[in-house]
Formats: sequence, C-alpha cells, structure tokens
Amino acid sequence: MSTLQRLCHAPLAFGRLLSRGGTTGWIGFALLLAIIFMAVFARWIAPHDPIEQNIANRLMPPSSEFLLGTDSYGRDVLSRIIYGARISLLVGISSIVIAMIFGTVVGMLSGYIGGRFDQLVMAVVDVMLSFPSLLLGLMVAAVMGASIENLIIAIAVTEFAPFVRLARAPTLAIKEKEFIEAGRALGFGHARLMVVHILPNMVSDILIMGSLWMATAIRTEASLSFIGLGVRPPTATWGGMIREGFENILDAWWLALFPSLAVFATVLALNLLGDALRDAIDPKQRRS
Amino acid sequence: MQYVIKRIILGVPTLLAMFTAIFLLVRVIPGDAATVVLGDQASTTALEALREKLGLNQPLWRQYADFLYNLLRGDLGVSLVSGRPVLGEILRVLPSTLELAAASMLLGLALGLPLGVAAAVYNGTWLDHVGRMVSLLGLSLPAFVGGILLLLAFAIQLQWFPVIPMGSGWAENLRNLVLPSCTLGFIMSAYVSRVTRTSMLEVLGQDYVRTARAKGIAPARFILRHCLANALLPVITVTGLYFGTLIGNAVLTEIVFNRPGMGRLILGALNTRDYTLLQGLMTVFAAFIVLANIVTDLLYGIVDPRVRIGTGRQV
Amino acid sequence: MTQETIAPPGQGLAPVLDIHNLRTELLIDGQWRAVVRNVSLTIHRNETLALVGESGSGKSMTALSVLKLLPTKISRIGAGQILFEGKDLASLSERDLRRIRGNRIAMIFQEPMTSLNPTMRVGEQISEAIRAHKNVSRADARLQAEQLLQQVGIPSARLRLEDYPHQFSGGMRQRVMIAMAIACRPALLLADEPTTALDVTIQAQVLAVLAKLKSTYGMSMVFITHNLGVVALIADRVAVMYAGEIVEIAAVGDLYSEPMHPYTAALLDAMPRVDRTEDVQPIPGSVPALTDIPSGCAYAARCPLKQPCCEKDHPELLPIDGTNQRFVRCFVRSAK
Repeated sequence: MSTLQRLCHAPLAFGRLLSRGGTTGWIGFALLLAIIFMAVFARWIAPHDPIEQNIANRLMPPSSEFLLGTDSYGRDVLSRIIYGARISLLVGISSIVIAMIFGTVVGMLSGYIGGRFDQLVMAVVDVMLSFPSLLLGLMVAAVMGASIENLIIAIAVTEFAPFVRLARAPTLAIKEKEFIEAGRALGFGHARLMVVHILPNMVSDILIMGSLWMATAIRTEASLSFIGLGVRPPTATWGGMIREGFENILDAWWLALFPSLAVFATVLALNLLGDALRDAIDPKQRRS
Repeated sequence: MQYVIKRIILGVPTLLAMFTAIFLLVRVIPGDAATVVLGDQASTTALEALREKLGLNQPLWRQYADFLYNLLRGDLGVSLVSGRPVLGEILRVLPSTLELAAASMLLGLALGLPLGVAAAVYNGTWLDHVGRMVSLLGLSLPAFVGGILLLLAFAIQLQWFPVIPMGSGWAENLRNLVLPSCTLGFIMSAYVSRVTRTSMLEVLGQDYVRTARAKGIAPARFILRHCLANALLPVITVTGLYFGTLIGNAVLTEIVFNRPGMGRLILGALNTRDYTLLQGLMTVFAAFIVLANIVTDLLYGIVDPRVRIGTGRQV
Repeated sequence: MTQETIAPPGQGLAPVLDIHNLRTELLIDGQWRAVVRNVSLTIHRNETLALVGESGSGKSMTALSVLKLLPTKISRIGAGQILFEGKDLASLSERDLRRIRGNRIAMIFQEPMTSLNPTMRVGEQISEAIRAHKNVSRADARLQAEQLLQQVGIPSARLRLEDYPHQFSGGMRQRVMIAMAIACRPALLLADEPTTALDVTIQAQVLAVLAKLKSTYGMSMVFITHNLGVVALIADRVAVMYAGEIVEIAAVGDLYSEPMHPYTAALLDAMPRVDRTEDVQPIPGSVPALTDIPSGCAYAARCPLKQPCCEKDHPELLPIDGTNQRFVRCFVRSAK
C-alpha cells in the first residue's frame, strides 16, 4: 500500500479503531472536536472582544449580555474562554509534537547505537522521569522566563522522556532481526533503515501515547499559567483566568468556575479519546 | 539487610544526577542575579560586592564543587531576598507539606484500593463501569482545579470549611486539612484504583488463585491473602512513582487553600526571582523523590518474598 | 509397580461420586457451546479412575465441573447431576460447595510452578487448608502440616514449612500441593494431569506418593491424563473421552489387551512401546472444533470402521457385557 493510499485510509481506520474502544471514545472525540472548532472559529463564535476592557462592567455575574460574567477588567469571560482554547490547544499540540519528534529520534538513536551512548541516554531519561512533570516544567519555565515559546519548550521537556522510552523498545527488538542485516548487506544507510523499517511499527503506539500525554500537557500548561509562569496578560489563557478568579474568589465565583470547567472538559476529552484508542489496540484491556 | 544497603547505594547516583541538573539549570539564567536582587539603580560596587558574596564570579566548576560541598554539610545557601538560610526556611514549612502529602496518600489508598478490588471482582458489571468513569474524572482533574471547585462548593457556598486556614490546635488543624487532602486523595485514588484493578484482574486469572478456590477457604481470606496480597506488588511500585506527582500537586493545592507550605515558598521565590531559594527547594524535592524510590523498593522487597529471599537454590 | 489396595475396586462397592448426564458449557463468541456432553461416570470407593483423552476432549472440564471451579462468567453447568455423599453438587450453593472443596473432595493441578501462592509460606498454605474446615489451633495445624510434608516425602519438613514456593523444585512443589490436598483426608482426589509438567523420573516419584496415600487413606482418585503410559501404572479403571463425550469405559487390563472403541485402539497404536518394533501410528485427521461438532458420531471422520449410519445417527454409551463394567459408544462395536 503506497503512502498516499495509507493516508486516505487513515481516517477510516481511525474510526474503526475508535468504535472498538467503546462509546466513551466517541464522546471524547466529539468533545475534542467541539473544542477545536471553538478555538479555530473563535472570531466568529465569541460574542465580545476578549481583551476589550470595560471597567464599568467589571466583576459582573452571568447575565444575558455576558453569558458567563465579566472579569476584573470588565472583559467577557465567555469570549476569553473561547479564545483561551487557542492557547491551550496550541501549547498542548506544539509541545507534544516537539516532544514526540525529539523523543522518538533520540529513542531510536539510543536503541540503534546501543552501548555507552544508550546507557547514558537512559540514565538521563530515568532521572527526568522520576522528577514530577509539574516541578520540572516549573523549573524550566522559571529559568527561561514567561512567554508562549518558552512555555511550549518547558512542557515539551517534561513530555520528552516517555517518548524516548517508547521509541527505544521496538528499536532494540527490531535491530536484531535479519532483514536489518540484509539491508546493511545491501548497502542501505542507517537512516534509511531506521525510517523505513523501524519507524512504521511504532507510529500507532506513539500517536496513542501522544494523545494521552497531550492531556497532561494541557494540565501542565494550565498549572503553570495558574502559578504565573504562563503567557503574559492581557492574552486570555485558562490558567491565567483561573488565577485571576482565585484572587477574586470570594466576590466572583464565576471567574474561577468556568475556566476551571473548560480545562477539566478538555483534559477529560483527551483522556477519553486516548483511553478508547488504547483499549482498542491492547487486547488485554478489552473486556470480552 | 544486604538488599536494603544495595538499594540505598543505588539511590546515590540518581541523587547526584538530579542535584547536578538543578545546579546547571539555575546557572543557565540569562541576566544577572545581582541586578535582579538589588535593582537597576544599585551602584556597581554594591553589585560587585553581591556577586562576590554569591560566588558568581568563580569559574563554573568551582561553583559546582562549592555547591556539592555545601550540600554535604547541609548548607543550601542563603535566600537572596530575606538573607536567611534557605534550609531553615524550608524546614519551617516542610511539616505542613508533609502533613498534607501523608493525609492525601492515606485517603488515596483508602479510597483507591477497595474501588480497584471491587472493580476487578465485579468486572464487567455496572460497578466496574461506574468505577472506571469516576477514576477517569480523577485522572483528568488538575489538582488546582479540583481544589478550586471544592473551595467554591464547600467553603464558599456551603461554608462548612474555612476559606483561609485559621485557628490552631489539633481539631482546627484537621479541619483545615480536609478539603485539600480530599482533592489530592481523590486524584490519587484514580491512579491507585486503575492499577489495582488491572493487577487484580491479572491475579484472578492465575493458577494459584484456582488452587486457593479449590481449598474451600472463606471468601474474605481468599480475596485478601491470595488475591490482594499478590496484586499489591504493582500497586506499590505505582504509588512510589506517584509520590513525585503527589508533591507537585500538593504544591499547587497549598496555593489554592492558602496553606503555609512549600507551595507558598515556591510562589514567593518565583515572584522575587530568589534563585537560591528556588534551587534549595528543588534540591529538597529531589532528595525526597529519591527517598521515596528507595522506600518503595524496600517495601517491594518486604512484600515479595522472591525479591527478599532470592531464587537461589530450588530444592 | 505394584498397587496395594485395601479392598479390590469394582462392582458391589458404594459409589463415591456419581455423575449423571453432565453437560458443561462455555461462552464462546456470544454463544454457549458444550465442552462436556452428556458425561456419566461412577467412581467407587478406593478406586483410581483414569480419565484419558487429547487436549480439548473435556476431561479437565469434567473435573472442574465437579467442584464448580470453572471460570465464573463464561462457563456454566447446563444439565446433569453430580451426586456426592447424598447431595447434588451441581445445584449446591457456593457456600455449601466451599465446605466440600478441600475437605471432602480435593483437587490438584497440572502446573506446580504456578499453582502455589508465591507470597505465602508453604506451611501456612497447608495449615490454611486444615483450618478452613477443622477447628484446630494454629499450633496443631502447623504440626499436622509438618506431618503431611513428611508423608509426601519432603525431607527436613519442619524447616521447609517456613519456605516459600519458589524455593522448591517442580516435583517438590507438586508434593506440597498433594500434601495440601489430602490435609483433610478427602474421600475423593481429583488429579488434573499432575505429572505432565514434570520430568519422567520425578513423575515416577510423584505417582508413588499418590499410590501410597491412596492406600493409606482409602481415597478414591480421578486421574486425568493424556499419557497412556502413566495410566497403566496407577489406574484401576479407565474412561476414554473424545470431543466432550465418554467413548469407552473399561478396567485397565481389559483396555490395554482388548480396546473396543476405534479411538482407544488408535491411541494405543500411537503410543511408543518397548515391546513393539513397528513405527508409531499417529491418528489421521483432527479433533472437531467446539463450534463444529458433527451430528452423528464425533469420531466418524477419522474412524477406519466407519459405516453409513455412523455419520447420521449418534451412538449411545452402551454396556458390552453383562457385568456393567465395560461400556463403549460405537455402533459397530456394540453390535457385536
């Protein structure tokens, strides 16, 4: 099957896979699509400008004009949540993609080269894995300064280690197989062998792990923004909104509640999706 | 005994690696720490004096050696902001964080273990499905979001608990502990119940379980001594690994519930760019995590006789 | 190897276990399929009945059905009665069954390496079996456990009580299992291929232990195996199973000298023997799948004696001679 054919079959395969995982997977998928939709079409969906201040209207409870209330600068909470999805999804997807690419490459190299290099890499990865992702991200973000690029890098660092592990295992297994030796005998370069023969086996596992870790990424992003290490105001981020809500929690419950629910819903959707995909692929988990 | 010593010795290189990583990370900062502390308006002499005092003019390897040497003596440096020894600051708030961590772990296990066992024993029934849903909720809930939701519901709306911890004394202390430890405990129980369920299911399919059934022993003893005792092994490993995440969550939760603890210290250190304090905090965290790993390994050795006694000769 | 028996087994002695028309079903792909079809067996006091057949013939399932040790959600007893000491085990509650398991009827299994709890000392596992059914103190149970270990031939019994299963070799673990099983002096021991996973020399030792215990306690035994060589060593009577049904029952001597059912004959031909010089003959064809049991005789497709009626009608298990000791399920053979 050519690569193009594979690409066209992919959505169908995905759909079939998801169905095997049960209805919860579809709920998660639908929820995720809704959130993505909300982020992409924010401009048309959001009733107000997210950064437009209106001090006269500050800290107003939910009303017909401001469906979810306003914050301490009079900005519409609903619009900020809608735009906030952009940041969360952007950071989540970018950090995971970066972690995925770097992690997979390093993992494959580590497994392929073996020896001292492999031992060193695994030692570093083990240390990274023992450290809680939040604290790791906190350190990196604190040291680098708060901006969206640094946030993405910080979160990518926390997500990097599991992908290294994941890519290394099948590489070790396949490295020993005969067709690799045959390929070497034919003069194929290492790179070609790795990409063409080893990589395709891991793709599905990597993607599933990606979706599960994206949930963690978004959680970490919200946490870091809550602490104040996230994107600077006035940009709307869910974590930052929750922080503001927390500071005003006694007066304005809506300010803390709605962004919290938004984060929760997104992480839940990703977990449902990732779980369903994993259930569908791993026969041990499947209930007979 | 040999096993214990071996485990402790193995922890040292990990600890060293972590300390090195922390050291390097903090040194990598762009900008000048002295300027940050004293401000832009400070005189060059004052800045120089501070840099000299902080040892920032030394070559990197010299700073590293000093860092390690000080660590061994228990000296984590001095706070850039308050001037007080870092270790002292940390030790002052550490009990509060540990208290929260311990209470949360207790709750997490007390809730998660029975749920996981029930889900495995009643596999496939509505109880199992409900359990999985609830555990999924726990996994998806960021610690601070959970804290805020509980705060909104029980402290602000229902007013059953104080928003800011108040009062001293034993009973008040407990009352202040309820909401934050419930948040963390619920989240932890999600992980625990998942792993318990999977592990129990695997144990239930083992041959020795069938042998135990064939002996006609009472169901309670059967579940506890034959199933759970064997299912606990992966649970111990996961709980140990979770300790790091628990600390991370505890830090966030302390901020939400305004508790005195490492959380507040970290926040302060971040805001004032107090790098020595930050470095000291991270070092203490690293030490605790390695300690948790060692304890987990030891516990595993206690529970699993194959590890403790070793396979050796089979007669 | 000689057998010492207190009294010769056979007709005239009260039956210990009486299975009538047992039908056990498994849930496969959403449908209930019978793995044990219409099995009727009687085991008498002091006798060893060997239950022989290939894998998948239903022999293990039959034994598991007696104690209802089948996996709970995907299996059930569809029909039949299992009479033991005046009760029908098939319809007994779980609670009442527990009083019988390990107490009046015990079972030992095939894989000694994985059949003992790895986190529990061996002495405690045996004591547990005793204290579950008898009101004895911990100390007394421990003493009994030590004696049991001695009886099954484990040296340094008192020291070994404190050891964990992984410190025992395979043959020794099997002896521990046996000790555990006979702890309450059961009337019947179900042995599901207890020696299959062991080396040949160890096999002989374990069989010797079983034989000695049987004669000491007057215990009946159902010995499940696919190894006809082992059957000759220990059995009094043999029941041959094929595709979930019993196809022949005979005393051990009769079975070997004059097998009636073509499948039994084929099994004997497929067995390497010292006194034979011809090549071993494997049986052509294969056992029908659970989902594809033929409506006529299950063995017809592979049978050299096949007649047209064999594929259409289903033969019954009928007595051959008047003594009610020999049965065969075959149109051709029972006609003679």
